[in-house]
Amino acid sequence: MHVVTIATMTPDTEAAVAVDAGGNVQWGDRLVVNPWDEYAITEAVLLKGAHNGQATVMTVGSEAQAEALKHGLAIGCDQAIRVWDPALAAHDSLAYASAAAAAINKLGNADLVIFGKEMSDSASDQHVFQTARKLRWTMIGFVARIEAIDFAARTIRVRRLTDQGTEVVSGRLPAVISVLKDINEPKYPTFIGIRKAAKAEIPVWSLADLGLSAAAVAPKTAVSGHRELPKREGSAEIIEGANAQEKAARLVARLLEEKIL
Amino acid sequence: MDFALNEEQIMARDMVRELARDKIYPTLKEWDRKHQPHPDVLPLLAENGVLGINIPVRYGGQGFDYITLALACEELERIDASLRVIMSVHAGLNSLALLQWATEEQKQRFLVPQARGEKYAGYGLTEADAGSDPVNLRSTARREGDVYILNGEKMWISLATLADNFIVFAKTDPHAEPRYKGITAFIITKDMKGVSTYDEKHKLGVRAGSTGSIVMQDVEVPVENRLGEEGEGFYIAMSCLDNGRYTVAAGATGCIRACLEDSIKYAKERHTFGVPIAQHQLIKQKIAFMQQWYDAAWLLVVRAGWLKNQGQRNTRETAVAKWFATDMSVKAALEAVQLHGAYGFSDEYDVERYLRNAKGAVIYEGSSEIQQLIQADYALGYRHDRPLRCEPVPYDAETWQSEG
Repeated sequence: MHVVTIATMTPDTEAAVAVDAGGNVQWGDRLVVNPWDEYAITEAVLLKGAHNGQATVMTVGSEAQAEALKHGLAIGCDQAIRVWDPALAAHDSLAYASAAAAAINKLGNADLVIFGKEMSDSASDQHVFQTARKLRWTMIGFVARIEAIDFAARTIRVRRLTDQGTEVVSGRLPAVISVLKDINEPKYPTFIGIRKAAKAEIPVWSLADLGLSAAAVAPKTAVSGHRELPKREGSAEIIEGANAQEKAARLVARLLEEKIL
Repeated sequence: MDFALNEEQIMARDMVRELARDKIYPTLKEWDRKHQPHPDVLPLLAENGVLGINIPVRYGGQGFDYITLALACEELERIDASLRVIMSVHAGLNSLALLQWATEEQKQRFLVPQARGEKYAGYGLTEADAGSDPVNLRSTARREGDVYILNGEKMWISLATLADNFIVFAKTDPHAEPRYKGITAFIITKDMKGVSTYDEKHKLGVRAGSTGSIVMQDVEVPVENRLGEEGEGFYIAMSCLDNGRYTVAAGATGCIRACLEDSIKYAKERHTFGVPIAQHQLIKQKIAFMQQWYDAAWLLVVRAGWLKNQGQRNTRETAVAKWFATDMSVKAALEAVQLHGAYGFSDEYDVERYLRNAKGAVIYEGSSEIQQLIQADYALGYRHDRPLRCEPVPYDAETWQSEG
């Protein structure tokens, strides 16, 4: 069996993000492995261990994205591949998915592709679904647990979280899944993994390697600008009363008055 | 001259940083308040290979270099000194001494399980009347056939009640002249008959760590547990300190960094006179000094680490790093508390803990005063490094990382 996970670097979640006068986002100067992808990488490594298979970590991006691959190797992935081409510099989610799908096809024997729920900077996950569509594979999003997976019988059963509750879904492999924080506790790198990662020469696959033309990854959408959220303004009011009961009653009355309840 | 860390060192540093921050920091304060060792720390460092970070792979370690040991110590003390103290005794004072001085059979028996984190290790030199003057130690070892009979009490011993193996020092010849030639080193285990250990509570700092005493009452120690030769103990003890002090120095840089980082955060949040206090010049001065102390301490530490990687003697360079880094960690912590104002005086913030911890490091593993005498004696030509029977083991990536 062969599990592939697609990881990416995103701005530090603790960075103070701001939009400058020119409408450009200032993300801070530090990148971290997309926190959602830490779960995806860990799940790939856990499945590899449980099924005595192979795990590949892949990214679509420039040299700055390579750290996500090193992280994947340090945690236990067997190989890392970076997909990059100057033609991808201004990619949108569909172009990202086209490149990712082509790279997964080039591997030839992938059974399962695991993404983190979304990219933490743009809170976007279209690329996940678009990758599945490009591959024409089963797509199951928001997976909280893999209940059963049988690589020989080509089946997968997962528990997914929805706004309404949980649901158990069965599907056929090969499949693309996106995972939530409930799926595992992210693994930390091991010293042996770190040494392997530090020594690894990570291959870069270009569009030519993937058999894609520049036109195939030409962005169809473009972000025209960013704006700060309007500043929230509010005031606080202390509800007075002789005792807790009276205060609670007055609070409820005020909330009804303001049509909050 | 190359000041850059390599990718391996950076990734190892980041791993230790994240482990300490994610797994220990959230619960550290409750154990510090209770004056009890945090129960998760030793297993965490063991399971993740940190305890054997710079022991060769063939002896159960991870095969990283001495600089990586320092980086790990810095990250551990960035969270709390009690984490780094474990590395000082288990790795610095004990395991690295076994690597340098132990026979192959002793390495297999003691170093391998320690490097794997299956056994925890301590070091017993200090006694009630033998701290800065270790030659004055009173513990005795009397040879009787194939065993030595050890008697005595060791004090201020880190991991006293948690370690499985200890290197201890005792006098095999109480009448030797000069006196230091009567000292011999032994490996004892806590399960030996006559060994009992106790915890010391109510310390000023390192409250989430274990410090205590080892009592040896007619302990029969097999001859094959003697480390080095009879009468060689003082040299071994001093070479252990070259590694122990290195970890203390590296840890102190972590303490300075903790003071600096926490102070920067607070100075930007706290407002007085309508602006963040970071904009006041006297606050900037404190930040600037902390930065200077961190940079200088770090450079002294990595110079000592570089010498260790080369297998060169580094007693003076390690001592000056330990002296400077620990003295500056006390100053940094005092400034950090001052910068935090009344909040710094409360344990709501971490800086008061840094101050309590820092005060220990200018006392243990050679007080700042002893470090000054060492520097002066080298400079004046009163002290020289003599060749050792077993010289420090240089780092060689290929041999340290090979399995065989």
